[in-house]
Amino acid sequence: MAVVKIENVDIVFGDNKAKTLPLMDKGHTRDQILGMTGDVVGVQNANIEVNEGEICVLMGLSGSGKSTLLRAVNGLNKIARGRCLVRDGDSMVDMAKCDDTTLRHMRTRRVSMVFQSFALMPWLTVLENVAFGLEMQGMPKAERLKKAREQLKMVSLDKWADKKPDELSGGMRQRVGLARAFAMDTDVLLMDEPFSALDPLIRSQLQDELIELQKRLNKTIIFVSHDLDEALKIGSKIAIMESARIIQEDTPEQIVLNPATDYVERFVAHTNPLNVLCGNSLMTPLAQLAVKDERLSVTDDVWLTLENGKIASVQGPKGEIPTARWTPETILANVPENTVFIVPANIPMRDAVELRYHSNMFMVLEDKEQCIGILNDHNFYHALLGKHFGREEAAA
Amino acid sequence: MNWLTDNKIPLGAWMESFVDWLVSAASVFFDFISITLETIIYTLVDAILWAHPLAVIAVILIGVWFLHRNIGLLVFIAASFLLIINMGYWIETIQTLVLVVTATTISVLIGVPIGIAAAHRPWLYTMLRPILDLMQTIPTFVYLIPTLILFGLGYVPGLISTIIFAIAAPIRLTYLGVSKVPSELIEAGLAFGCTKSKLLYKVELPAAMPNIMAGITQCIMLSLSMVVVAALVGADGLGKPVIRALNTVNISQGFEAGVAIVLVAIMLDRICKSPATKNEG
Repeated sequence: MAVVKIENVDIVFGDNKAKTLPLMDKGHTRDQILGMTGDVVGVQNANIEVNEGEICVLMGLSGSGKSTLLRAVNGLNKIARGRCLVRDGDSMVDMAKCDDTTLRHMRTRRVSMVFQSFALMPWLTVLENVAFGLEMQGMPKAERLKKAREQLKMVSLDKWADKKPDELSGGMRQRVGLARAFAMDTDVLLMDEPFSALDPLIRSQLQDELIELQKRLNKTIIFVSHDLDEALKIGSKIAIMESARIIQEDTPEQIVLNPATDYVERFVAHTNPLNVLCGNSLMTPLAQLAVKDERLSVTDDVWLTLENGKIASVQGPKGEIPTARWTPETILANVPENTVFIVPANIPMRDAVELRYHSNMFMVLEDKEQCIGILNDHNFYHALLGKHFGREEAAA
Repeated sequence: MNWLTDNKIPLGAWMESFVDWLVSAASVFFDFISITLETIIYTLVDAILWAHPLAVIAVILIGVWFLHRNIGLLVFIAASFLLIINMGYWIETIQTLVLVVTATTISVLIGVPIGIAAAHRPWLYTMLRPILDLMQTIPTFVYLIPTLILFGLGYVPGLISTIIFAIAAPIRLTYLGVSKVPSELIEAGLAFGCTKSKLLYKVELPAAMPNIMAGITQCIMLSLSMVVVAALVGADGLGKPVIRALNTVNISQGFEAGVAIVLVAIMLDRICKSPATKNEG
């Protein structure tokens, strides 16, 4: 069920919208329009649908319009054209056209926000900061402080309730920012580069905390990031933006496997595929293996025998090689070395590399109890060097 | 050259006829202001002077203790007041304090809302800026004359001149404070559903408070610096003995009155400044 629907949204900063919009339609670039009318095109023809429970990451470099688009969802930025619909109960409210009362209702009850620079009120205590939005909801003081305290406990900062924000570290401040947003009990959460100002260890820790919280609370989150690794880690859907346009919208794995343009490809080239790719997108399919005497050749002296699509045995130069079935619960230390693991097709690449390191052997991938391919060193190197892009293969 | 000096533009005459016109057209209005302010000031001065000086000092000390909880400051204030009483300037000090506090209160009541309005409307500040510059740079003696004519001798022309001189500080600093509120705090306020007035009272004013407090402190100091000038048009207070000492070339009286003014200045500065810096910290 769509909770946020962005339809053909254009955002323009400046006073000459009447002139700028037709120029945009004629296909003039952002720079040309800036020269001709002095207006800055923030977002051009954006379309996104975010469903309940999804984390949609808007990804792009600074100036690409990702924060601008995010701010349209709670009406902080005015939309020049198009609609930005947010679910309110059974109806959808157009944030661009609704009146002030509706807008405030949406902001206090439906959409809350986390800021890159934390945006905590320095004169309020941590507890009062978390209660800030609740006050705007009109909740009585005792009740909102109680609720704020519960939220602080959730981000394990309850001992810091009476401190001022400037007494906290950056990571703690952003946890206060998260608690303030979560306290609102809104369905939609907007996060504007919330972890970008933090150092890498804290950032990764807060990403994990957010993923954990999301599992429990099942919010609809729109998350802005300039870091593809972060986007791949937390996003269930990624929209990549370049100079005011969305140039690719897809699942994390598809972004890494099939970058739509050179721009996306350059981003992907710098990411770590370990956390994103799965076995079946790396593997050598069975069909590509040489067949000899009804056996499949893995290397010159290692062979697979199949029965009804299932693996029967693996033969090496010194006779049969033992096999073992792997699940995420398997304890590797209990399995002897030089074992061929049979793994599910969607095994994360990180686990597969770990298995290869332990077993010294290739792996066999299974899907619905059918053997579908193998994973060997060549496949890993191929992925690590970024040679797995669909576009490049097609070009070559 | 001769032509220039011969054809004099009657700037001064225009101003004079404008003031004359004000006196004839709005004398009821100015009399009303004059009487109201004079009543307020005399009532306050009489009320404070009616009590025993030591009782007044005790009340001030208790108030300061609740504001700052600083023993050193209390000792300094107590010692300063005792020295002032010893020099025989208790009555004048109270008159000066009342004048300063009244001038500051009126300046803040008018200046802070103007500052807020200017911060929200850039065109208003563009209009205000030359007026504020004028009010601060024009020699105080120059507008002492029209205020004297409009309000008569006594406290009120001194008070009005003081306000004209000092009100720029709260206006400028309130403007500065409110317009410098970090945009992310404004965004956060809006994103969590502030109305316009909530945004002002819950975000903009608290964020601007250090600046506004600095404006108030400055306003107090500027008001105090007008004490001697106000004495010229008949306002009672510590300025009078200074003028008298000047006219009679009396070094000892001038020095003692000067010391009393400095002590009052330091006390007011210390009492006002700390809460502002605490907020910043």
